[in-house]
Amino acid sequence: MIRVGVFVCWCGSNIAGTVDVGKVAEEAARIPGVVHVEQNKYTCSDPGQDSIRKAIKEHRLDRVVVAACSPRMHENTFRKCAASAGLNPYLVEMANIREHCSWVHSDMSVSTPKAVDIVRRAVAKVKRCVPLHPSTIPVEKRALVIGGGIAGIQAALDIAEAGYDVTVVEREPTIGGRMAQLDKTFPTLDCSSCILTPKMVDAASHPGIRILTYAEVEEISGYVGNFEVRVRKRARSVDEARCTACGICILKCPTSRDSEFNMGLGTRKAIYMPFPQAVPNKPTIDREICRHFTAGKCGICQKVCPSGAVDFSQEDQVLTEKFGAVVAATGATQFSVEVYGEYGYGRYPDVITGLELERLISSTGPTDGKIRRPSDGKIPKTVVFIKCVGSRDENKGYPYCSKACCMYTAKHAILLKEKIPSASAYVFYMDVRAGGKDYEEFYKRSQEMGTRYVRGRVSRIYPLDGKLIVQGEDTLLGERVEVEADLVVLAAAMVPQPDAPEMARKLGISYNQYGFFSEAHPKLRPVETNTAGVFLAGTCQGPKDIPETVAQASAAAAKVISLFAKSELSTNPNVASVDESLCSGCLWCSNVCPYKAIEEKIITERAGKETVTRTVASVNTGLCQGCGACTVACRDGAMNLLGFTNEQILAEVEALCL
Amino acid sequence: MSLDWQPKIVGFTCNWCSYAGADLAGTSRMSYPASVRIIRVPCSGRINPVFVIRAFQRGADGVLVAGCHPGDCHYSTGNMYARRRFLIARRFMEYLGMDPARLEIHWISASEGQKFQEVIKNMTDRIHAMGPNRKMREIL
Repeated sequence: MIRVGVFVCWCGSNIAGTVDVGKVAEEAARIPGVVHVEQNKYTCSDPGQDSIRKAIKEHRLDRVVVAACSPRMHENTFRKCAASAGLNPYLVEMANIREHCSWVHSDMSVSTPKAVDIVRRAVAKVKRCVPLHPSTIPVEKRALVIGGGIAGIQAALDIAEAGYDVTVVEREPTIGGRMAQLDKTFPTLDCSSCILTPKMVDAASHPGIRILTYAEVEEISGYVGNFEVRVRKRARSVDEARCTACGICILKCPTSRDSEFNMGLGTRKAIYMPFPQAVPNKPTIDREICRHFTAGKCGICQKVCPSGAVDFSQEDQVLTEKFGAVVAATGATQFSVEVYGEYGYGRYPDVITGLELERLISSTGPTDGKIRRPSDGKIPKTVVFIKCVGSRDENKGYPYCSKACCMYTAKHAILLKEKIPSASAYVFYMDVRAGGKDYEEFYKRSQEMGTRYVRGRVSRIYPLDGKLIVQGEDTLLGERVEVEADLVVLAAAMVPQPDAPEMARKLGISYNQYGFFSEAHPKLRPVETNTAGVFLAGTCQGPKDIPETVAQASAAAAKVISLFAKSELSTNPNVASVDESLCSGCLWCSNVCPYKAIEEKIITERAGKETVTRTVASVNTGLCQGCGACTVACRDGAMNLLGFTNEQILAEVEALCL
Repeated sequence: MSLDWQPKIVGFTCNWCSYAGADLAGTSRMSYPASVRIIRVPCSGRINPVFVIRAFQRGADGVLVAGCHPGDCHYSTGNMYARRRFLIARRFMEYLGMDPARLEIHWISASEGQKFQEVIKNMTDRIHAMGPNRKMREIL
């Protein structure tokens, strides 16, 4: 005889506010098989869980239904609770009467019967639950970090410091990422390179860290603890072991193109290092423009190289390796500001983006740290900054706040005043968002230094006599404003990498409507994803500044370390299972299995007086992830999914259609 | 058909995208008609057309099948199988004499709480216009 206990949660007023919990409990008590019903203010709290444990013992419950929040929220909590009372944790089912009921309906006369239906469904399912036991799998204690920016570097260093091997895959020829392009960082104005490059070197020289640059992740298969990853290391055309980084090849190379690192404000050669402090400090040949590859001529770099390191015949290397955990630290990019035709970016050379200004300020930049406007090299006297370019704009850009722009614009204004004390700065803004330690003070400082903040949007920019006329409105004064500027800086929003959805598919994780990777829970699981073993760090998850990125990277590293601290992982027991007596051995199931978890097995059995040998399907429970595709493919109904069996789902259907 | 008749819709949602999308609609307090009752399955590839037919047999006025967007399946290919299966299941419904318009398939990601809300609203309106699913009750 099955004895179900139903625990209906008030969740404070979250459920009880719109659902008549008493009525739900009353109706639940009438469902066949239910022997005990209880209400709790907060079932997930300590006293709430205690009452479940107590009831399991007192009423000899062998099934538990918790009518509360989403199973994605607290299923684990209540499974553990049941286990501590000696009940198999897989005999617990949740009825989601909060997210799917009380929070979306305000009329108690419709939400209460719906909640009853939901409880009835859960009882129908739980009655057909059977005890399940997870098995264990070994963990490959090596981590893969995708992306070698500050997030990836920090995560790699933290994981390696704990004693585990880390591989960093970076698609550019050097690690460093966006932070390497910055001149100074807010709110302390310490030099970006001075704090980043030592970390880059630490990572490169750490015995536990292997860095693969100019490399991309092509495919990820497997599951937590046992990912198999294919990495393509593109041909650098330079033997890294032989190269001494003397740089003669770069000096002599006759071909050049706009430098990506300098945001197109300077040039670089076909054989190049993105910046002098690059790690690894070895040049790379850009085969797209190198004359040896485009025209079959040249070869100067090979001739001048004193150590014979230039190797035109080098080929891409494809590595396939096993990792136990993956940290995605693929970063973000800059919004394409050309969309704003009224600002004239692309038409007027003196309209630049924040990152371009960053390169102009930097002493390693194309102007050696002197702020000169791109058109004629003159030192600007009046600079206009426009914030929220691409962010907080549903029409042309994205609705979200890009978060770091307010502060970097304040920083740019301060740096401008430091470099050119006579210059004047105007900032057109919608709001100033300076939440963060010492941020408000920093913004105030930029104001005290004479930066004029004008609240309002710029409507038009046009050139006149070598100046840019910026027209806008001061919405606080209700007046039109016109500024004769020498340079206009657009605070472009941080946007996801264009190939972020593709990367998310490789990782098997979800992403939001913009392309930022989704965390498992926005508050309580901010660095985990819904795919076990894949963690997030940095701006691939959403716009962030450096301190936040570093904090998240360390958090992701901590998650990896705690995963590796266990010698074995327990697997999800909700796996496919074959009823051999029904299986005809057609193996259609193995065709649809994405994990190659179904193999054929030969069994011998008695049929009457004879012994027959036949083929049946067999599930490798270590590989099976429990998607259930095979159960539908099975023509005999021999394949079932434990925890979501055909009988359970049909019983749920019947309970709902009463 | 009384004015306050509320259709009964059985929704099969995958755990990773559409169930989470419904959760998000909840956490964002996006209200929608109380017509839908959700059954959680790991993947839309787990939804056997038999479950859908059974729901109609037992008097559901509509059935929603919802999974991750094609290409975004947590198990990489499950929703592709679902897509094919339910194309055929619709034809099978026609063959059985059921109205295939009562079965709707939608792709709702974990971040699309609003889409979930819209799907339920619109689907409820459509099913409401079709009226109760008497046919199966009469057959039985």
